[in-house]
Amino acid sequence: MHSMFKASLSALAASAILAGPASAELSGDLIIFSDMSNPAPRAVMEGMVERFGAMHPDLNIELTVIDREAYKTQIRNFLTANPPDVANWYAANRMRPYVSAGLFEDVSDLWAEPEIAENLASTKGAMTIDGKQWGVPYTYYQWGVYYRQDIFAEYGLTEPSTWEEELANCQTLLDNGVKCYTIGTKFLWTAGGWFDYLNLRTNGYDFHMALTNGEIPWTDDRVRETFANWRQLIDMGAFVDNHQTYSWQEALPFMVQGDAAAYLMGNFAVAPMRDGGLSDDQLGFYQFVEITPGVEKAEDAPTDTFHIPANATNKEAAREFLRFVVSAENQTIINGGDALGQLPVNASASIDEDKFLAEGFEMLSSNSPGGIAQFFDRDAPAEMAQAAMQGFQEFMVRPDELDNILDRLERTRARVY
Amino acid sequence: MAETTASDIGRIHGRSWWQRNQQSLAPWLFLAPGMLFFLLYVIFPIFQSFNISLYEWDGLGTPEFIGLRNYEDLYYDDAFYTSLRNNVIWLLLYLLAIPAGLGIALFLNQTVFGIRLYKSLFFFPFVISQVVVGLVFTWFYDPTFGLLNHMLGWVGLGPITVLGDPRYVTLGIIAAGLWPQTAYCMILYLTGLNAVDPEQVEAARLDGAKGWRMLWHVILPQLQPATFIAFVVTIIGALRSFDLIMIMTNGGPFGESRVLAFYMFEVALSEFGFRMGYGSAIAVVLFLIMLIYIAFFLWKMYRDEQGR
Repeated sequence: MHSMFKASLSALAASAILAGPASAELSGDLIIFSDMSNPAPRAVMEGMVERFGAMHPDLNIELTVIDREAYKTQIRNFLTANPPDVANWYAANRMRPYVSAGLFEDVSDLWAEPEIAENLASTKGAMTIDGKQWGVPYTYYQWGVYYRQDIFAEYGLTEPSTWEEELANCQTLLDNGVKCYTIGTKFLWTAGGWFDYLNLRTNGYDFHMALTNGEIPWTDDRVRETFANWRQLIDMGAFVDNHQTYSWQEALPFMVQGDAAAYLMGNFAVAPMRDGGLSDDQLGFYQFVEITPGVEKAEDAPTDTFHIPANATNKEAAREFLRFVVSAENQTIINGGDALGQLPVNASASIDEDKFLAEGFEMLSSNSPGGIAQFFDRDAPAEMAQAAMQGFQEFMVRPDELDNILDRLERTRARVY
Repeated sequence: MAETTASDIGRIHGRSWWQRNQQSLAPWLFLAPGMLFFLLYVIFPIFQSFNISLYEWDGLGTPEFIGLRNYEDLYYDDAFYTSLRNNVIWLLLYLLAIPAGLGIALFLNQTVFGIRLYKSLFFFPFVISQVVVGLVFTWFYDPTFGLLNHMLGWVGLGPITVLGDPRYVTLGIIAAGLWPQTAYCMILYLTGLNAVDPEQVEAARLDGAKGWRMLWHVILPQLQPATFIAFVVTIIGALRSFDLIMIMTNGGPFGESRVLAFYMFEVALSEFGFRMGYGSAIAVVLFLIMLIYIAFFLWKMYRDEQGR
């Protein structure tokens, strides 16, 4: 799973002339550990290293790409034992353990620079802990319901906007032998996405944030209300069977083959669905429907980030790399439809014309008045997230166990916070 | 002693300390590297685990001493009991590898054309990685396209979700684990069968023993060393079952297929696991369970030495 990409100096020296004058004289080694191991992100990461290397010919860049899942456990070891100069991670509470252990470098100085301060304001909150910024974002993406337009058309359905319509659509699909939603909960977080949306729509952004911050007991009646809404879908049989045995990728074929009509997912699911043979005419997107009338809609938009480990050796080059990553030009390139296919974090960057990106950007910028959440496992602390997502999975299979699950989560909450 | 001559004494005194003690020191020197690493990587971590289990520590910050609270948490933790129960199931069912391995070994212990090929094929699952075994069985059990449900369909039985159903999941993983473990026991028995004394078999045959009586009273006693080793490796294999669970279910559904080793990993080292102290407490419990077997193993070795 590991691979080394060494920028070849000789090849880059030639292209450096074309790239124009370097902004600073950087030299030495720049070691980057990245979790962008899926094919498209990997190409993006390698492309960034190549372009950054061309701007700084004296800099020897070593890129190590680590499998995305394995990275989540390895980061602990390498941050203490063998720190690179730049490392990938995630925003919000997900970075708290490393921030409080003093393993991430405070980069508030970067955020004070006008170029970043003006263009990255929207993600500043997600990067801030204790009033300081600990890294920079490089991409974010919307979540929402991706659905098969052709199946909806076949049964005369339209995009729902209220919970009643959602349930009615689902009933029609079920009557025709099509599952409403595909999902694979083997790795739990997909169930976290459902909880996020159901809770955000039932109780609103502020309540959701208070819950993930441990300020509200899990046995609260408002939490039960969220689960009651969820249960309506479970009792209808809306989700594919045996979802607890599938990963999110293994759940894709149900949607591609038309056994299920929709998938609540992040925008990264679009690429594999297209690879699976779905055209843009077949694939549609709608914002998760309103549940409690009057609750302002809020969205999940997880932000992926770059950080400088506190023990890095070449922090000067690392800071320059972070500036490069968030620059408008680079943001336009790496978030394009042929690259990551996600949303740029820099307000001056242009968004690809991809229809899902356009809809997602529109939704996040004008139709999400409640606020923008990161994702359950990034908003809640690690231990709480794990226990809760396990509870969500169990609830989806054994909804009658709800009381036990909530009691367990409440005990976990009492210990964690 | 009275005959000791002056020249003898002179010779003894003439040799250096090293030359005089060479015989007794040499074994220790040869053992030293092994003992050093054993101390460093086995004995020391055991005590370190005991120590860490008394702290609350996320693996990054400063540990906080909390006495036995991790053990108290364990006592109230349902997931711990699920894991413990699964460990017991593993221990009991994994032992099936021993009779199964013996059966295959007896079956293959003959000289017909191509027997080496058959032996290799039976041994094959032990050679491939546990990860591959896990993947193969995951696909075999798959509720939508898996072979198992196809086969059940032929005899009119409904589809079952082996890895998604808390009732079957542990059994399903154990079945996958038995595949390579049986091969291992088979090899142990095949080598054991080579050492069976043909004269005793001949004598027993003259006395009219055959079939089960022959197996039980003549062959098995001679296979006793192989049985003992097979027992020990199987017990240890069952207690450290981790890779299959990781690959096949990731502990799920909702933690029903966890064993202690996996639970320890999950709370201390996995993606969301930051409870080093709690993980160490689980490790200590697992160690104490293993200690029962280690003690049995040592006691048995000691008794065998004495009986000689």
